[in-house]
Amino acid sequence: MKVPKSWAWWEYVLWVLLLASPLVLPERALIINEIAIVALFAVSLDLILGFTGIVSLGHAAFFGMGAYVAALFAKLVMPDPLLGLAAAIVVSTVLGAFCSMTIIRGSDLTRLMVTLGVGLILAELANKLDWLTGGADGLQGVVMGPLLGTFEFDLFGKTAAWYSLTVLLIMFVLARHLVQSPFGATLKAIRDNRLRAMAIGIPVTQRIAVVYTIAAGMAGAAGGLLAQTSGFASLDVFEFHRSADVMLVLVVGGTGWLYGGVAGALVFTLLQNVISAITPQYWTFWIGLFLVVLVLVGRERLLRPWTWFGRGGKA
Amino acid sequence: MLTLLFDGIAYGMLLFILAVGLAVTMGLMNFINLAHGAFAMVGGYITVLLMQRAGMPFLLCLPLAFLGSALLGAVLERSLYRPLYKKPHLDQVLFSIGLTFMAVASADYFIGSTQQIIQLPEWLKGRTELGEGAWMLGMGHYRLFIIAVCTALTIALQYVLAKTRFGSRLRASVDDQRVAAGLGINVNVVFLATFAVGSGLAGLGGALGAEVLGLDPTFPLKFMVYFLIVVAVGGTSSITGPLLAALLLGVADVAGKYYIPKLGAFIVYSLMIAILIWRPQGLFVRQGGKS
Repeated sequence: MKVPKSWAWWEYVLWVLLLASPLVLPERALIINEIAIVALFAVSLDLILGFTGIVSLGHAAFFGMGAYVAALFAKLVMPDPLLGLAAAIVVSTVLGAFCSMTIIRGSDLTRLMVTLGVGLILAELANKLDWLTGGADGLQGVVMGPLLGTFEFDLFGKTAAWYSLTVLLIMFVLARHLVQSPFGATLKAIRDNRLRAMAIGIPVTQRIAVVYTIAAGMAGAAGGLLAQTSGFASLDVFEFHRSADVMLVLVVGGTGWLYGGVAGALVFTLLQNVISAITPQYWTFWIGLFLVVLVLVGRERLLRPWTWFGRGGKA
Repeated sequence: MLTLLFDGIAYGMLLFILAVGLAVTMGLMNFINLAHGAFAMVGGYITVLLMQRAGMPFLLCLPLAFLGSALLGAVLERSLYRPLYKKPHLDQVLFSIGLTFMAVASADYFIGSTQQIIQLPEWLKGRTELGEGAWMLGMGHYRLFIIAVCTALTIALQYVLAKTRFGSRLRASVDDQRVAAGLGINVNVVFLATFAVGSGLAGLGGALGAEVLGLDPTFPLKFMVYFLIVVAVGGTSSITGPLLAALLLGVADVAGKYYIPKLGAFIVYSLMIAILIWRPQGLFVRQGGKS
């Protein structure tokens, strides 16, 4: 898989289209906002799953952390969205740095368990600390101030969509720089063969810890955006299906390719909206069926060949 | 206090039966099967439906639950799981999550989302108390029953794995498939049988546990974490590891929920993370075991 260093023409077109989409489809702004958030979340997971080969079932921990921090910041400190987003990123980055200690050792199974456990602990905390988080009812009454002091968040989500898309673009550019830097090359080396990476002098544990921390910060930003644009944070943001969904998004779009997250988010969110409109209660069945078929048929045959990412996380 | 210990042990034993099949598929066959809880749910629903609709006695339902989920496990192993043994762990995780989602939605669709209640026979409903004061030991008869069944199963499993011809074939197939096949062991059949027995045990655990744990369509998702903890903490190279881990987890969970109810399941998760950071391959793992 080769990504050109400079931006290809279709990348400019894609981003112009994305940024123009709230203007072209103003009645779909809420969905566009959702897609941008899911895409950001998926890109952050791609950094650790697709580029470093670490299987994580607890990425929702950082997403949820960002959501709660952003919501609490708006409620208790001040309603400015940008500062709230910054707070969400900072807190989830710190959490990620802390959690990175848990994933640098052990096998795939251990990592799955630990990442899952962190998510569960946070969900439990958010549930029990109800004086702060509202417990199972969720954190209500989050009112956001106008963006940059001028753009009000409206009911139709136009401002929200632009806000999320802009944050997505900035984060995407950062991630793109990251994976194309020498640092990113070492990550791919670790993914492909950890033992060999160690042998040629790459500080494997340190690199994994750093990329995990960065990914945590990005996931926190996605969560923060969700809380800010919906004015609400509930236990749902920590739930297992969030982690599973974002993994699915990434696999649909293709791992190890940053646009995979964006494409997957687009397909997944639209699919989810369509299917849950048809069968609101049982749409997980179709998602499950899709996953099973996807794995059995093989992504490389079902999707485009360049999205195929060879070795999984063989530790 | 002893009552608490007793309940914890019964709970742990139950978790062990539920998780031991997972320990085999995950540890021995190196397949990350997150859908294990779905087999347990199938066993639970078989029991509930047979008792409610067909009026069968509880004791007859237990072996049927075992057979039903073992059969399902065998069919799925042959048709869906086998091609995935060689795939990367990410694929296995996605596949088994997909299966779990499907199982949850199907159970919801066909049986309904309400919690199912098991009517225990009269002789299992009682409770015996020994001693008094702080050292009083109250034993629910059903929990005694669970402990008895699980102890018997554990001894049988240990015997099969360590002493019988099938056990040595399984261990040989796990250590090196190609050499085992070269020695004339039919690896596919060995794995098929093992997977079926593992799923059957999960089904039996689900049937036994329906009364204690509760049974509704979210069962596979709710308890998946517990099975995984048992396997991850216990290590996957032996039967005793998961057994001790399950007992530890059971006692910690019951005691934690009794003494510090405010923290809920928090204790168990923290304990698991601490243990896994300390011993990433599990607590009871022999050196040089499969990783």
